[in-house]
Amino acid sequence: MRRFDYHRAETLEHASRLLTELGDDTFLFAGGTDLLVEIRERLRRVRNVVDIKAIPGLSDITYDETRGLTFGALVTVGRLERLPLVRQRYPNLRAAFASLGSIQVRNRATVVGNICRASPSADTIPPLIADGAFVHIYSRTDMRVVPLSEFFTGPGRTVLAKGEIVTGITVPPAADNSGKAYLKHGRRKAMELSTVGVAVSLLMEEGVCSDIRIALGAVGATVLRASQAEAMLRGTALDAATVKSAADKAMEECTPISNVRASADYRRDMVGVLTGRAIKQALETFA
Amino acid sequence: MKKIVEFTVNGEPREMTVDTCRSLLDALREEVGLTGTKKGCDVGDCGACTVIVDGEPVNACLMLAVEAEGRSVQTVEGLQPGVDRLHPLQDAFMRHGASQCGFCTPGILMMAKKLLDDNPNPTDEDIRFGLSGNICRCTGYTKIFDAIKSAAREMEAARS
Repeated sequence: MRRFDYHRAETLEHASRLLTELGDDTFLFAGGTDLLVEIRERLRRVRNVVDIKAIPGLSDITYDETRGLTFGALVTVGRLERLPLVRQRYPNLRAAFASLGSIQVRNRATVVGNICRASPSADTIPPLIADGAFVHIYSRTDMRVVPLSEFFTGPGRTVLAKGEIVTGITVPPAADNSGKAYLKHGRRKAMELSTVGVAVSLLMEEGVCSDIRIALGAVGATVLRASQAEAMLRGTALDAATVKSAADKAMEECTPISNVRASADYRRDMVGVLTGRAIKQALETFA
Repeated sequence: MKKIVEFTVNGEPREMTVDTCRSLLDALREEVGLTGTKKGCDVGDCGACTVIVDGEPVNACLMLAVEAEGRSVQTVEGLQPGVDRLHPLQDAFMRHGASQCGFCTPGILMMAKKLLDDNPNPTDEDIRFGLSGNICRCTGYTKIFDAIKSAAREMEAARS
């Protein structure tokens, strides 16, 4: 393995200072399931690794009916996947968590790490954006809160400034009249990166869709919102014809590329198919 | 930079002096001398290096040895209950021919142990899901699933 220096941060302030002082090529280390692979395959130049696992307070999971679900930067994908609350109230998150890597990877990988890696195909991002999640960011001068939908600036890039650290994520409470789904499309079920991922979170009031968010993964430089498709669906009963037109609109809104996993045309087609399917699945909550 | 790491391997307290860049997998094989845990892909894809850390299966290649400080690691060497006795899973793997080249077997055994510890009567789907992070290029998996189901039945019978 390429050599790097290992540092164990005791506090957020300590970790932030190390990030600033050790210069570029310094990376936070939580689960390490991406970082160690990138070091070993020489995909990322890493001189310093700052382990944040000894920092207290980053492993908490809380839920309340007003604030919602909040989890810290050290909470693993596996822990959230197994949480009964996630199974019951956030089937979209549960689907994304259970499809990431393998059980072994999920026992190490953190959701915050998956987000900070900012891959357009990251499984956890579309359902969290569709749910309106926001991220808590620490810096030595203040704390700020950023909607996840505004967190990404490009593939592998985020709004984080040097020395800033994401400490956790809050997902708004799951209302009783909400329906949620995440559909991942790949060539196999396990150990697979998404070819396309579509998340839908919606609210129904007396048979009418009062709000809906559609997030599309792996079909753009960042995870995208299909906002024109959403606008076509709000205020409707989500009948088949409207859903079909909105799915066609989502195909127009995405900006896929061709790569080893699929062609741009195929990805665009799948956005249409999966958007329709995800809306249908989200509605099954009310059936 | 090297660090002294104190941890437990298969119930025994151990101490090792390791380079801080080193993976737990390399440290187990080369510092501790436990070569049962295999290095397949070294990037978390194949599952051959699966060990159980504080009760949870992980890829030893994706964990640094320094992170093992104070933790309990179980490897395939710790699976058998005694020198002359095999774990029911090991026994069933032999009887069912569930191991051919054998390289994936230690990882699959550890994953299967965790599966049966949590779920003594797994369905075919449970086994498939449980082993989805372990790749075998020889057996086609069928004999592995047969062996795990057989071990589950024997362990169930032994309990009752």
